[in-house]
Amino acid sequence: MNKELIQDAELVSNYIQGNENALSILIERHKQRIYSFIYSKVYDRDITEDIFQDTFIKVIRTLKLGKYNEEGKFLPWVMRIAHNLVIDHFRKNRRMPKFDNAGEFSIFSVLSDSSLNAEKSIIKEQVEKDVRRIIEELPDDQKQVLMMRMYQDMSFKEISERTGVSINTALGRMRYALINMRKVIEQKNIVLTN
Amino acid sequence: MAKIYSTKTPKNINLKPKDETVSFLLNYSKALSVINYNKLKFEALLN
Repeated sequence: MNKELIQDAELVSNYIQGNENALSILIERHKQRIYSFIYSKVYDRDITEDIFQDTFIKVIRTLKLGKYNEEGKFLPWVMRIAHNLVIDHFRKNRRMPKFDNAGEFSIFSVLSDSSLNAEKSIIKEQVEKDVRRIIEELPDDQKQVLMMRMYQDMSFKEISERTGVSINTALGRMRYALINMRKVIEQKNIVLTN
Repeated sequence: MAKIYSTKTPKNINLKPKDETVSFLLNYSKALSVINYNKLKFEALLN
């Protein structure tokens, strides 16, 4: 049997009827596309692995529960699930932010620390002031996303709706905002730790 | 400040999930059983 000729819709139908091999073909067919997509957002192999797994657990459960409506769009549907899980990951991670810091000290752990003594309070104030100055130097689109995300606690969905761009664009702008901030900090030798 | 975008092109990394992950998913699927009872659906993981 030539697996290439079997459309996704047919494989999905076969799987729902109990053919487990159909799932194997679907995963094999699309795994690289989905995995690459997730990795392009989180840039961490372990997290990508987790999100990939969670994505397909959701796919499997939805199909087995008979909640999937076949509209010939299996892959876009799976990608949407993966996309939403990526956003959930960023939301959860915000409580312990780790945007590309690769194990280095995270500035936002200072900004969100509420149990500070007087000396640390003064340092915190200065750091916040410096961070705001750096943010002011960002290009408008990156500054806007960063302010909405970090200071107005908006989700990327809300940001994308408010600014009229896709969630991917909003995520990208946030990423570049942080990259640019790091470059400015490095170039100007700004110290943001206590 | 100019927009600073990375000019490095990403390396062609072989981006795919581990075999163990795929294997887990297939096993999970085989183990997952949905039981219908009076308009309710129950998920059970069989050994």
